[in-house]
Amino acid sequence: MAKNREAYNYPDARGYFGRFGGRFVPETLIPALDELESGYRKIRRDPAFRKEYQRLLHDFAGRPTPLYFAARMTGDLGRARIYIKREDLAHTGAHKINNALGQVLLARRLGKTRIIAETGAGQHGVAVATAAAFLGLACEVYMGEEDIRRQHLNVVRMERLGAKVVPVNSGSRTLKDAINEAIRDWVTNVDHTHYLLGSVVGPHPYPMIVRDFQSMIGAEVKKEFSSRGNRFPDYLIACVGGGSNAAGIFYPFIDYPRVRKIGVEAAGVRGISGASLCQGRPGVLHGAYTYLLQDDDGQIKEAHSIAPGLDYPGVGPELSYWKEAGLVEYHQVGDREAVTGFKYLAQVEGIIPALEPSHAVAFLLKFIKKTRKGESVVLNLSGRGDKDLGIIENQKKSSNA
Amino acid sequence: MNRIDESFSRLRERKKKALITYITAGDPDLEATIRIALELEQCGADIIELGIPFSDPLADGATIQAASARALNRGTTLKGILSAVEKIRRRSEVPLVLMGYLNPILALGAERFFARAGTVGVDGVIIPDLPAGEMTTISKLACHHGVALIFLVAPNTPEERIKMIVRESRGYIYCVSVKGVTGARTKLPRTIGSMVQRVKKSSSLPVVVGFGISRPDQARWVCSPRGGGADGVVVGSALIKVIEKCQGKSSLLPSLSQFVRTLRKSLDGV
Repeated sequence: MAKNREAYNYPDARGYFGRFGGRFVPETLIPALDELESGYRKIRRDPAFRKEYQRLLHDFAGRPTPLYFAARMTGDLGRARIYIKREDLAHTGAHKINNALGQVLLARRLGKTRIIAETGAGQHGVAVATAAAFLGLACEVYMGEEDIRRQHLNVVRMERLGAKVVPVNSGSRTLKDAINEAIRDWVTNVDHTHYLLGSVVGPHPYPMIVRDFQSMIGAEVKKEFSSRGNRFPDYLIACVGGGSNAAGIFYPFIDYPRVRKIGVEAAGVRGISGASLCQGRPGVLHGAYTYLLQDDDGQIKEAHSIAPGLDYPGVGPELSYWKEAGLVEYHQVGDREAVTGFKYLAQVEGIIPALEPSHAVAFLLKFIKKTRKGESVVLNLSGRGDKDLGIIENQKKSSNA
Repeated sequence: MNRIDESFSRLRERKKKALITYITAGDPDLEATIRIALELEQCGADIIELGIPFSDPLADGATIQAASARALNRGTTLKGILSAVEKIRRRSEVPLVLMGYLNPILALGAERFFARAGTVGVDGVIIPDLPAGEMTTISKLACHHGVALIFLVAPNTPEERIKMIVRESRGYIYCVSVKGVTGARTKLPRTIGSMVQRVKKSSSLPVVVGFGISRPDQARWVCSPRGGGADGVVVGSALIKVIEKCQGKSSLLPSLSQFVRTLRKSLDGV
């Protein structure tokens, strides 16, 4: 398949993707980010690290995840062939485990004895708690009180795995505030603590590290299509909160312009959204210059989505670059449609998706009319939906009332 | 010569240390900020830092986070703060430094912000989430409009970065006493002295210490030869606690005044 002649090579040496990215953090964190970057560049080339990471991904996380041909859905919708990348089948139930395993190995190599993380939906928190338990590292996870309430199952999972869940009651009590609190902890305990950031956000080198530790998703899709002797898919669709699952599936295809890449953001409800790329403008939050939801005075707006993992007023700087460079297009889907996507996939394919990728499902249900028979689309199903059954039940109750 | 440089050279002549006070602008409201700033000067503050409130102050501890939230609830904006500076400037020549996160500055437009800051009489700007070397257009704009851009040094900043920070900084160098966020601490690390000495070796600018200093004895210790001989201290959260406690009460100015006078006295005894 046609590939761009100029190979994509971001971030640059200063940690920028075009004009996005950088390291906008307090001075205390600069030495830690330098240490992290040089440690990462070393292990990335280290065969022993690669071997151990591959072994863990295979034996512990259950990779590669299947690329499932959704025959019923394809038949029902009657256009392009629909494939589902089953990240929901990875250990702990989402793609988050890929990055968590990579980063705990990195943390151990850097001699860190304590892991901290932020979590929104709890999937990243569970993955980190799992990886930390597995390697015997102390682990604390910051989580907004609002998310603790609506993702209770994942709180229990983290606690059973031996992690301490620290409630965050500032701001909107969701993912953004959990990241603030994790950064404050890191500034204070930077000598022995590794901050295991869960998305492609934050200061350089995090967006690069997390992208790399998720890019097996796209690489596996590539391999599946090649081994079946098929040309690459015509469309890739993924939901976008911070952007880690989208970066994971898009990045290996970024030099292939004929593979159309579509990111789906949360339009939320009544004008309050998580759609930084569709509705925001560039600014600095959590260490990076990127698209943000902000008011005219530069104060960060409260985000909202029924999917806690998309409930974030920023996005990874690389995804901002992809928008401006025209490499990826972004659309948005609201709470109500996402629930429709959730129900559709459960009933038609027997897969209960998380509310985050339910946004991608809902988008595909509309978009499919624009595709043709003979084309193919891959939907990245970033996580499973057990955690969301409570939200769905409550929705049902409130819509019956 | 800029008011900050003038202030430090006067202090040097009189062999005194600088007392730098930080308050969050707009807490409890901007009119009060103007009154408080003028009162602080009367009580012996040499330089006044005004915090620009931000929704996500990730380098701040609980006290300044709360002050920021109060100020935002009162509708404080960066434009409003610049107008408040203009009003203070009509009545005082005290050096004024704005301290705030990058995003509100970018939202106003960095060019517009520094132009206006220079015009209304802002002497310096501190941006805690802008480390030296990042987005260097900001330095150029500050320089162009005669505003000193002040950078921070942390306890773990390596030697070669200290050299770069010193090169980029104007006004003074701000040493962060501890790894961590802003806020009063009962104990300060003994390593402050060696950090101040390291910075002084490569800098001709005054070196001040902030974060965690809340008591007169701590302020004095940091400026004493044993504590490293800093040229001044920044006190912030401790002042804000007084403001928080006296909200809406007539005791606000007298309480602040009493506290700042004790700090001044303690520093003058170094």
